[in-house]
Amino acid sequence: MIEAIGLTKRYGRTVAVDDLSFTVQPGRVTGFLGPNGAGKSTTMRMILGLDRPTAGRVLIDGKPYTELNRPLQTVGALLDAKWVHPNRSARAHLKWLAVSNGLPKSRVDAVLEAVGLTQVASKNAGGFSLGMSQRLGIAAALLGDPKVLLFDEPVNGLDPEGILWIRTFMQNLAAEGRTVLVSSHLLSEMALTASELVVIGRGKLITQSSTQEFIDRSTGNTVLVRSPQLFKLGPLLVDKGFTVRDGADGALSVSGATSDQIGDIAAANGVVLHELSPQRGSLEEAFMQLTGDAVEYHAEIGK
Amino acid sequence: MTLLAVERIKLFSTRSPYWCSALALVLGVGLTAIIAASTDNGQLSLGATQFGSSQLALSVVLVMAALAVTTEYRFSTIRATFLAVPNRTSALVAKTVVVAFIAAVLGEIIAFGSVGIAKVLSPASDLAITTGDEWRHVAGVGLLYGIGAVIAIAVGILVRQTAGAVAILLVWNMLLEGLIGIIPKVGVKIQAWLPFMNANHFLQLGGDNPAEQAGAGVDFKLSQWGSLGYFAAIAVALLVVALIVAKRRDA
Ligand SMILES: Nc1ncnc2c1ncn2[C@@H]1O[C@H](COP(=O)(O)OP(=O)(O)O)[C@@H](O)[C@H]1O
Ligand SMILES: [Mg+2]
Repeated sequence: MIEAIGLTKRYGRTVAVDDLSFTVQPGRVTGFLGPNGAGKSTTMRMILGLDRPTAGRVLIDGKPYTELNRPLQTVGALLDAKWVHPNRSARAHLKWLAVSNGLPKSRVDAVLEAVGLTQVASKNAGGFSLGMSQRLGIAAALLGDPKVLLFDEPVNGLDPEGILWIRTFMQNLAAEGRTVLVSSHLLSEMALTASELVVIGRGKLITQSSTQEFIDRSTGNTVLVRSPQLFKLGPLLVDKGFTVRDGADGALSVSGATSDQIGDIAAANGVVLHELSPQRGSLEEAFMQLTGDAVEYHAEIGK
Repeated sequence: MTLLAVERIKLFSTRSPYWCSALALVLGVGLTAIIAASTDNGQLSLGATQFGSSQLALSVVLVMAALAVTTEYRFSTIRATFLAVPNRTSALVAKTVVVAFIAAVLGEIIAFGSVGIAKVLSPASDLAITTGDEWRHVAGVGLLYGIGAVIAIAVGILVRQTAGAVAILLVWNMLLEGLIGIIPKVGVKIQAWLPFMNANHFLQLGGDNPAEQAGAGVDFKLSQWGSLGYFAAIAVALLVVALIVAKRRDA
């Protein structure tokens, strides 16, 4: 578990992180969402003891990072895939990390295998593509078989195949009961990866909730419903106080209700559903609205 | 011990230390070879065999030591290091020990290699190392390199970038301390307390040819071993400052 309490970081006059408190629970992927410049990377550096908080503290399983004994066995992190010496081989990079934390050499081969870099392990890391660097970074994070994992914008700049690979990888790690915190500035990405969200803007916490709840709230709860019995379902939804409009292709567009609620109502009344889809088309816009003036580059985005 | 192994793996898994060592060896021993070849056979003195090691090659070793830490900042592997070893002081001390040890060994190889090549090229000269002073003059080069490496690492930690650290070290060692002697009257008094001047004082053979002696004309207040201790104390003080700064600032 990761626990941030009143975390604050100032660089000169810039307040990068402002009185931020949140928790990250094990067994699921928690998304750390916020526009560029919101303070995600800064927060992660503070979690890992690289940057010193101006105020507040952050604990990993009850301890500050710097007090962990052999920290790679507790926490694995990928903040930047380029944190390797370009003239050092992938295996040598992992080897010194392993030795530093008392890990057996077999772990180096195991993580190389896990990320699919065995073939290129003796090549210099400087010649790696972004995708390969990212895999090397993940290998380093997994080296100590840690319970807690942090990834900062891991899919940035990757091709669709790489994105899918990382997404699946993180979900598998969480399914093994680990604590996974992954940052992104894209809500659409987080919607696919994370089940819990910590949303920040301008260094401040905007909300911490489940991804579903956040999406429902930020999209104005628009759900598209198709059913052969809409004549029956429509009035039932209106009775519950939801706004119902005709959507495309004879479907109904329902506002103010979650898909869960509509599904429950339909089931309770024996209505057959052919489609029940939360509308995510305007997710990014909705996110911008929600983070409102917390967006650093508001003018640019508004164009 | 673990941390020493870590720093050793890091250092020897990149190419630059090999290149720097080779360059220092070639420059140090090479200069002696040139001096030996251009001196009449029989006329070469032991004091003339260490120009290369104590001046030219020393600069390369300072650069090598600085690079060992500035490249870590350049490629942010210092962050990877601090993630693996959050106790920054231990991590940086381990690096200093490894680099200083390698520099010292290299210093001995270059110093004795220089004497060796001089013997080959000028077989009639008396180049035997017999007295304690003569041993200090040759074997002392390793101590100089080891301590110099500590200074270079401290500067590297403080400056964090290669160009700046290298410029500071080279200007300081090769130019600044010598130029201060130009200041009338007080110049030589200041020089008596400058670290690299004292380092050279330690190496002085006390022969009769003053031109052979670096730092000639400076009225040192310390004994030769005292000068070495002073040089070492300055190195340690700089390192302590660097370690405190590294611990406090953001990585
Ligand atoms: N080392 C630093 N020095 C000065 N300002 C910084 C530093 N790191 C980050 N910042 C500033 O702090 C804010 C948050 O940055 P960052 O944590 O990188 O955001 P994110 O990762 O969410 O994009 C930005 O305004 C950025 O310019
Ligand atoms: Mg960032």
